[in-house]
Amino acid sequence: MAFLEVKNIYKSFGKTEVLKGIDFTLEKGEVLAIIGSSGSGKTTLLRCINFLERPDIGTFTIDGEEIFNAEDKQYTDKQVREKRLHFGMVFQQFNLFPQYTVLKNVTLAQELMRINGSEKKLTGYEKNEIRKEIEDNSLKLLDMVGLSDKVGNYPCELSGGQQQRVAIARALGMKPDILCFDEPTSALDPELTGEVLRVIRELKTSDRTMIVVTHEMNFARSVADKVIYMADGVIEEMGTPEDVFLNPTSEKTKAFLAKSLERPAE
Amino acid sequence: MSFLEVTLSLSKGFLITLQIFGVTLLCSIPLGLVLSFGSMSKFAPFKSLLGHSKHPFLKAVANFRPISFITKLFIWIIRGTPLMIQVILVFYGPGLIFGMKAIPRITAVLIAFIINYSCYFSEIYRGGIESIPRGQYEAGQVLGMTKTQIFFKIVLFQVVKRIVAPMGNEIITLVKDTSLARVIMVVELVQAAQNIVAQKAIIWPLFYIAVFYLLFSGLLTILLNLAEKKLGYYSG
Repeated sequence: MAFLEVKNIYKSFGKTEVLKGIDFTLEKGEVLAIIGSSGSGKTTLLRCINFLERPDIGTFTIDGEEIFNAEDKQYTDKQVREKRLHFGMVFQQFNLFPQYTVLKNVTLAQELMRINGSEKKLTGYEKNEIRKEIEDNSLKLLDMVGLSDKVGNYPCELSGGQQQRVAIARALGMKPDILCFDEPTSALDPELTGEVLRVIRELKTSDRTMIVVTHEMNFARSVADKVIYMADGVIEEMGTPEDVFLNPTSEKTKAFLAKSLERPAE
Repeated sequence: MSFLEVTLSLSKGFLITLQIFGVTLLCSIPLGLVLSFGSMSKFAPFKSLLGHSKHPFLKAVANFRPISFITKLFIWIIRGTPLMIQVILVFYGPGLIFGMKAIPRITAVLIAFIINYSCYFSEIYRGGIESIPRGQYEAGQVLGMTKTQIFFKIVLFQVVKRIVAPMGNEIITLVKDTSLARVIMVVELVQAAQNIVAQKAIIWPLFYIAVFYLLFSGLLTILLNLAEKKLGYYSG
């Protein structure tokens, strides 16, 4: 059984059908790249997996455990919180918390979960121990994304690329099973995309399972183990990067790739 | 009546003015937040029952949000009628309608002012809260935060930063609105001056009180600027 199994996902907004039956699986440690033109449903798919939208039909499981089933009645807030922590999410617009320092951006959610959300009553000493542990862990993550010298800065003092790297560290802080990226470089100036892609590339070597929605074809080709091309709410083509990029079977995929790859090489 | 005597006599009135100002502000700031939650409430009790109906009337019933509706109606009434009449109504109303014993004049003034200003503040809060990008909520959600945590740890601070200027406007207006308390014979600053005018047949104390208002609102302006500066450590 695959690590992540997504089955038969349908999602409509009013009369607009955005996802029309999405099925795919992902093994542990694999990187999945989802490509496709705007409006093809890539982002909606990612948002469904992260419980930001509720699919109308479909299920998904992680490690055999059913995380979502559209036939279940509305989950309580608490259930959703537990379920979505299997996933981490990095947004196109970073969405850092502007009033907090870089370090606090990374530690905040961890502290809220482990200290405020603790089942048993913690003593002041225990709280300090946990805080210390969270801070150490967060500093390590910020070091990993190359921002050790910015921990005390505020997001507005950073470049877009640096902000996105903070967002990656923040998502990693919650130790997700699967890290999702929603067009992580689309809001960046071209000269800043490289540093973010490099960080994602490095994460791959540390054996993380990731789903990356992206417009960066070269990146998808070189980093992904599996590529999905989406068009009009369905998976038009799926396979290894070689399958999809070099030997596409569908006409739509061929047309899309021809258009996307004619951009000058980066 | 010497300048010093007038000043002393007016100061007593000014203390009442300050009391109305302070208590109103202290109570309206949190109460306004509660009202803003009310007006933004998405609670729709008939949604689950009639959510799928096609008929326009049933659809309207399904989307009816009673808490939001009642709060907005209340805000409309309070903002749509003069504060002066509200003060009179709170003081005389219970006696005239229910035959209740009169409440102290100052209490009536405070009740009317707190309700009135809460309504104005609530609309400022609502504007501030709705101006926070959805991405901030979503970032909190995917990090497993609760709704309360998202509001108090992430959103509220950003709202405060955004509403300092419009709140400052209302706060300065409140300083001068306190003079309406005299419609039910509360001797605040203007009434204190008018008493002197009536008794001593001198007109200048009425102009002199403008200095009181001016100095006090000047002080508030300085404080508000300080707050704005303090919150200006980040942009966005």
